[in-house]
Amino acid sequence: MSATEMSTTEPLDAPSTPVLAEARRVMEICNACRYCEGYCPVFPAMERRRAFPDGDLTHLANLCHNCKGCWYACQYAPPHEFGVNLPRTFAELRAESWEAHAWPRPLARLFQRNGLWLSLATALALALVLILSMLLTGPGVFTGVHRGEGAFYAVIPYEAMVAVGTLTFGYAVLAMVMGALSYWRAAGGGRVRPADVVAALRAAATTRHLDGGGAGCNDTDERYRMGRRHLHLATMWGFLLCFAATCVATVMDHGLGWVAPYSWYSLPVLLGTVGGVGLTIGPAGLFWLKITADREPSEPRHLGMEHAFLALLFFTATSGLALLLFRHTSAMGGLLALHLGFVLALFLVLPYSKMVHGVYRLLALVREAGEAAEERREVIGLQAEGRG
Amino acid sequence: MIDPDKSYDLLVAGGGNAALCAAISAAEQGARVLICEGAPHGFRGGNSRHTRNLRTAHDGPTDVLTEHYPEEEYLDDLMRVTAGNTSEELARLAIRESKGLAEWMRARGVRFQRSLGGTLSLSRTNPFFLGGGKALLNAYYLHAADLGIDVAYDAEVVGLEIEDGTFRAASIRDRGFEARVEAGALVAAAGGFQANIEWLKEAWGPAAENFLIRGTPYAKGGLLRLLLDAGVQPVGEADQCHAVAIDARAPKFDGGIATRLDCVPFSIVVNREVARFYDEGEDFWPKRYAIWGRLVAAQPEQIAYAVLDSKAIELFMPSIFPPETGDTIEGLAENLGLDPARLRDTVEAFNAACREGPFDPAAHDGLGTSGLEPEKTNWARPLDTPPFYGYPLRPGITFTYLGVSVDATARVLMEGGKPAANIWAAGEIMAGNILGQGYLAGIGMTIGTVFGRIAGREAGAHVRH
Repeated sequence: MSATEMSTTEPLDAPSTPVLAEARRVMEICNACRYCEGYCPVFPAMERRRAFPDGDLTHLANLCHNCKGCWYACQYAPPHEFGVNLPRTFAELRAESWEAHAWPRPLARLFQRNGLWLSLATALALALVLILSMLLTGPGVFTGVHRGEGAFYAVIPYEAMVAVGTLTFGYAVLAMVMGALSYWRAAGGGRVRPADVVAALRAAATTRHLDGGGAGCNDTDERYRMGRRHLHLATMWGFLLCFAATCVATVMDHGLGWVAPYSWYSLPVLLGTVGGVGLTIGPAGLFWLKITADREPSEPRHLGMEHAFLALLFFTATSGLALLLFRHTSAMGGLLALHLGFVLALFLVLPYSKMVHGVYRLLALVREAGEAAEERREVIGLQAEGRG
Repeated sequence: MIDPDKSYDLLVAGGGNAALCAAISAAEQGARVLICEGAPHGFRGGNSRHTRNLRTAHDGPTDVLTEHYPEEEYLDDLMRVTAGNTSEELARLAIRESKGLAEWMRARGVRFQRSLGGTLSLSRTNPFFLGGGKALLNAYYLHAADLGIDVAYDAEVVGLEIEDGTFRAASIRDRGFEARVEAGALVAAAGGFQANIEWLKEAWGPAAENFLIRGTPYAKGGLLRLLLDAGVQPVGEADQCHAVAIDARAPKFDGGIATRLDCVPFSIVVNREVARFYDEGEDFWPKRYAIWGRLVAAQPEQIAYAVLDSKAIELFMPSIFPPETGDTIEGLAENLGLDPARLRDTVEAFNAACREGPFDPAAHDGLGTSGLEPEKTNWARPLDTPPFYGYPLRPGITFTYLGVSVDATARVLMEGGKPAANIWAAGEIMAGNILGQGYLAGIGMTIGTVFGRIAGREAGAHVRH
């Protein structure tokens, strides 16, 4: 028996929340059925188990990529009396686990009514940047034309930009790392092997499991489509390219003393432009899929979180692209303040937003890679005994 | 709702695999098709919703099948399970046609996967539908919509106008209202009568009250009764069916695959009188599950109990309902509602008959009892390691075999053997032509797909002329 296989003879603790209780009930039905095992790694991971303690359920929920293949294929979905709705149950459990592992603890409640908090934070961040830039550089900041080296810093002082950016982003990283550590311990993740991390990063980079077992996700209905996967790739890589642009620009400006803004053909602008386009198209398309999709398999309580985060990504990207296009006009001051306001909002809310799904999904992929590797070794061991 | 202003060439009664294959085949020839599915949308698809694979002959490995499965071997397998109680002509036709099915299905949106996990014993003979039967139905319904086929849900056929073997029109109860639909041809694909307990009692007596129905509660045999009353020639016996032993705690209808229990080969199975009645270790469960339904049906009160110990509890797939447990055999007996002293005696007699030897759950290990009646011929280990476990078993009816006679073009035969002018049948409603008794895993879907295609093709050609 492998380390992941729980014995039926050891009684489990009662599930600690109603969502976990429902997840356990559904997994026990699924594990007796197994028709969905070809869709995604959740089902093979389920089949390695005979019992479902809370930590394992949390792991399986975060391993779920919400492709909804299992919902449309489910012979036990409503109106059947078993009422199985795995995508919704796991979406609820994911949100519950993100809240449970938020750092610091008092801020965990931000995951409730997350759409509202995120919108308020964005409004406040925008107002703050607009007011501060007026106070720091005078009322002409939004009407004058600023050109050439250091033009941006005429609008918002260099020190303020660096200080606020570093502090907020640093805090976001710290909070997400603390959440990740708490999750890994609670879900019972065990030792991390480098090979598993590589496998997980590869699966994440290609969004391999957003393919519903080959033909795609059930984006909005019974049809399998690749739209969601492509839009997610655009969003993820758009975000990462924009982040890379920011990092490169920081090194150029801060480290090498080449003061922004940079030309169209400079590395940060190229990265930012491509990333910005991805981060515009991706969230817009995902937003469209979310509002046109069947409601039944989606989780209604956290739709605000999904919508608000996509909107924030979209406006961060579009304001950045607008700034690039109009930086030589009198609109630059206003656009810069607007863009930095969105960026500030994004940094502030990052650890308490849908963003964290990336962190926990990656951890779930690492653990899945470890379990799958262990299973392969066991099969090879069995074959060596002549029992394959 | 059925649009009274539209006219149709073909009426397909039923909404499962066979019905969809027929409707699609006919529509691909240009026929205007109406599907009347008796169930509401959420329960559409009849028993196909609970299926997972079909059995196909093939000459070599494919992307989802290993080795090869020649037609002759397939026929031998069928002859063995039916004890020759089959129409060899139709059986050979189904097996021959099964070869091309996977490609035809793929072209209409069905996706396949290799067999994994607990189903490896079928990896040579049965390609598996990715996501199972409901995903297959979704693909067919989408394809049907693309072809312009109309589907009425909650629309049961409640009357047929048949004159001298010619179908004229049908009465449909369409969401509570009666509608009359005329069409140039009828494909009858509305399943068996297994969900009609009263009809089952006509064949089985009061014992049928204790049967569980594994599949759709909508298969009440209404269309079958209408056809037989209109002078169609029946086939098969009313008490013949595909029946397996399932968890007695399953819902009365529609429990599907999750209510299966695979523990029998690693257990002893006793009836209410706490007596064993059959060799639990005769063969692997996938080769024996289809006979245990009838075995349990023959026991008092149609119930049996599988009893095992903690050595065996993880040797089979997890089941949906947790087992009853006991730290002693007597304690387990009380939890199962059995006589404790008798269960102890039965277990002690069994334990005393067990022999020493290597145990291997993955092979016929020949570890049998000696001096028992009946013997257990494989996987017989003493029940000596507490805690002890027990599962109650009842017969689970999948589908009934009494149906309508058809010829090799899926055309329905009237009393006396004369073919009907414009009525075809496919699926469970005619499976009894091939399945006189017994069952071969996956052959129900093969029969439905093969005869659905033939019925649709023939009906489509008929209405064009």
